[in-house]
Amino acid sequence: MTNYRQAKWASDYLLEPLVFEMGKPGRSGYTLPPKLHEQLKIPKNLLREELELPELSEVEVVRHYTRLSQMNYGVDQGFYPLGSCTMKYNPKICEELACLEEAECIHPHQAEGTVQGALELMYRLERFLAEIAGVERVCLHPSAGAHGEFVAMLLTRAYHKLKDDGGRTQVIVPDSAHGTNPASAAMAGYEIVTVPSDGRGRVDLKALEAAASEHTAALMLTNPNTLGLFEDKILKIAEVIHGVGGLLFYDGANLNGILGKARPGDMGFDIVHFNLHKTFSTPHGGGGPGAGPIGVKGELEKFLPVPVIEYEEKNKLYHLNYDRPHSIGKVKAFYGNFRVLVKAYAYILLMGAEGLSEVAEAAVLNANYIMRKLSNVRGYELKFDSSGPCKHEVVFSVDPLKKETGICAKDVAKRLLDFGMYAPTYYFPPIVSEALMIEPTESEPKEELDRFVEALKDIAEEARSNPEKLRSAPTSTAIGRLDEVKASREPILSWRMYRKQAGR
Amino acid sequence: MGFVGHPYIPNTREIREQMLREIGVASVDELFADIPAKIRLRRKLKLPGPMSELEVKRHVHEILARNRPFTKMLSFMGGGVWPHQIPSHVRELVRRSEFLTSYTPYQPEVSQGMLQALFEYQSMICELTGMDVANSSMYDWSTSLGEAALMCSRVTGRRKFIVPALIDPERFSTMQNYVSGPGLELIKISYDQGTGQLDISQLRKELGDDVAGVYVENPSYLGFLETQVDEVANAAQEAGAIFVVGVNPISLGLLKAPGDYGADIVIGEGQPLGNPVSFGGPLLGIFACRNEVKLVRQMPGRLIGMTTALDGKTRGYAMVLQTREQHIRRERATSSICSNEALCAVTAAVYLASFGPRGLRELGEACASNASYAMRKLRTIRGLKVPIFDAPHFNEFTVNHDDIGMSLAKLNAGLLKQDIHGGKPLRGEFPELGEAALMCVTELHTKDDIDRLIKALEEILG
Repeated sequence: MTNYRQAKWASDYLLEPLVFEMGKPGRSGYTLPPKLHEQLKIPKNLLREELELPELSEVEVVRHYTRLSQMNYGVDQGFYPLGSCTMKYNPKICEELACLEEAECIHPHQAEGTVQGALELMYRLERFLAEIAGVERVCLHPSAGAHGEFVAMLLTRAYHKLKDDGGRTQVIVPDSAHGTNPASAAMAGYEIVTVPSDGRGRVDLKALEAAASEHTAALMLTNPNTLGLFEDKILKIAEVIHGVGGLLFYDGANLNGILGKARPGDMGFDIVHFNLHKTFSTPHGGGGPGAGPIGVKGELEKFLPVPVIEYEEKNKLYHLNYDRPHSIGKVKAFYGNFRVLVKAYAYILLMGAEGLSEVAEAAVLNANYIMRKLSNVRGYELKFDSSGPCKHEVVFSVDPLKKETGICAKDVAKRLLDFGMYAPTYYFPPIVSEALMIEPTESEPKEELDRFVEALKDIAEEARSNPEKLRSAPTSTAIGRLDEVKASREPILSWRMYRKQAGR
Repeated sequence: MGFVGHPYIPNTREIREQMLREIGVASVDELFADIPAKIRLRRKLKLPGPMSELEVKRHVHEILARNRPFTKMLSFMGGGVWPHQIPSHVRELVRRSEFLTSYTPYQPEVSQGMLQALFEYQSMICELTGMDVANSSMYDWSTSLGEAALMCSRVTGRRKFIVPALIDPERFSTMQNYVSGPGLELIKISYDQGTGQLDISQLRKELGDDVAGVYVENPSYLGFLETQVDEVANAAQEAGAIFVVGVNPISLGLLKAPGDYGADIVIGEGQPLGNPVSFGGPLLGIFACRNEVKLVRQMPGRLIGMTTALDGKTRGYAMVLQTREQHIRRERATSSICSNEALCAVTAAVYLASFGPRGLRELGEACASNASYAMRKLRTIRGLKVPIFDAPHFNEFTVNHDDIGMSLAKLNAGLLKQDIHGGKPLRGEFPELGEAALMCVTELHTKDDIDRLIKALEEILG
């Protein structure tokens, strides 16, 4: 147990006032240079009369958001074993480089001759990622993983359409898949066919064969899957899907576990997506911005969004090419989350080929270490194949503890917060009851893993000796458990709505 | 450089050996034995590096030195992403690693800071737009537009969506991709050649009971204001269509909130609220709507709500209405969006809290005033038509160069030689506007800057 205490401010029932409740009329936190005094011709029906924003000095703004930051937990504070999210350490040098004036202060419409550095960096990053995943061409545009998946589904449709194969209306998704997979495919207009996992926690091949047909547009697969297990029948899976004329999409969320060890392209995948904010260490920023580039093999290249970056050997210039008749067009403004791309580029150079496979080795060893250590702790069990190794993450079930004491995965996760650690992903994947999905990443030292296993052991003991303590956890955090039911039943989504409800 | 004792991988070879022994595994290779031999990578990846921190720093500096930042020249580039002043404390606060290195606030108890900051962002966007509800971000304006069209269709059960013909073609292309799943039909409404204003009679003709939504932008892509918003709102409402307005939020200290002229959904690009231009990404998609159950339940993206702890007293924040989202609803989710642009939203919150109502108004006035001065001076140059449309403008405007006796490309090349980046050429996007450019002026431009542009143009054009 630690003496972890998260900071909180203000009074007993208010951690920190809302910015709207602070400040005084007339205060301001900005300065502006003198403006020109031109007669503006804005018609009256478009002129604003009032605007209710806070009025704060810079000092108050700085204190308020600094205090809020102290009520937020990040990788820089401690262990963040959030499964499938790859919460690894984010090197500071990458952040510093992304904040250079030459990265922040360039405009996407600038003449190409004035942004050659940006184009070169992106061109090179595309090639690094293509080599890492074993694909031919990479597009850096998508803003996040789910965006990459959606774009991949648009490419899938363009591919089948060009073949005049309009009957392919279905996308197959395993029941262990991330929720974004079926959601992205549905957004692109596909009907979802779910295939179950087998007793070993892998795609049930028989079910897959039965589901695959001339209606199959694609299979979306994560490998290693969300149980942290490698889909070792992947070549057979590829054969089944390609056999019926479908495409194979690789969800790159779990790429960290096989970096430099195996490549999706070599496994038969046709389209791959990357989560640069996971595998390539650009931070998550509390939910974003990330970047979700996609990579494709041969035939699919012509459908990629515009523009693509090309290098003209003749005049040694990088160039944005929009002249792509088969392109699906645009999927967002401009060319991708450039500052995120700078960070990923720097990270890959810092690690090199040798470093990236070390990452996979250290991350996988850490996960296996937890798997073996924790499987000796009474109360937690592995539901699927535990004979072989896991990859980057491991999923335990709290079923035995629940049966014995009534304490569930959520209680365990919440109690972990009191130990100064973030919680694992819980209740996911849905095929494991009372799931705790643990991804330690390569960033954790052995001592921290030991402390984590000890904490789970202590918690299991507490479940037997003092279950109430667990149900009321956490108590070391800025606030205890929240009334999330009320929050969704009577939603208060803005200061406006709050004032209306409070009659203020 | 080796990886024993690497700064990012704390477990040394010795420790790893010990860990392997403890769990009864002979070697690390054994941990990868489940990968079939046929697909095991037997060679090293072909990548440069590993490099030391110093080498990476030098290398990236060297590559990026081939960029010419707009801070080191005089630039008039806008068109979807706009340079503005970013106060130092805004940059400093959002780089705090407690925000930067956290994940989506799935554990509200340890994530109150991020949740409250996002709630404040949502709240301030509501004040700016005149909406009651804002989500905690989309990827950018163009994807917000795509999602808005989809939402209108879900809410109304209708399949047509109306947009102005003078929309950014790249934004339109993104929207086309977004609506291609359910196959919505997009209809463009033409404009008055003289004023750029929406053709209301064509709008009324197209507005049948099959139209899900009507979209206008204020300011428009080409910088002019759409002044007939009340007529558009009425027409949409009469037809039972949802009225969607796209905004540049920097204008909203000065301009009326779209909610006050009938908008049901407001979207836009939040980048100018403290986020750097960064070659066009990351950006910040604004998405807000009125508080009606049928709208809110169909919203895409994350929503942060205020609630209390289980004690019923302590105020706290949590992600709410998650049953709309992919991790619960899977293929029936309102959108697949998961990771969004949260930190850009926090940036916007800090920025708006700093400027406040007075600052935002002054800023809006400065942008519009400086742009107005630029237009007035540009009109003194023979052959230029500024702006192309006779309408009020905010901080962007069009310039027609048909009568200068020189191509726009040549003119811009001449300006660049003098360290001036001229406007964005529009010929590829709107050939009907002739040899036209889109120019952007903000609070960053001084009178001297604009006079310098005029002088350079006079020199080049003789």
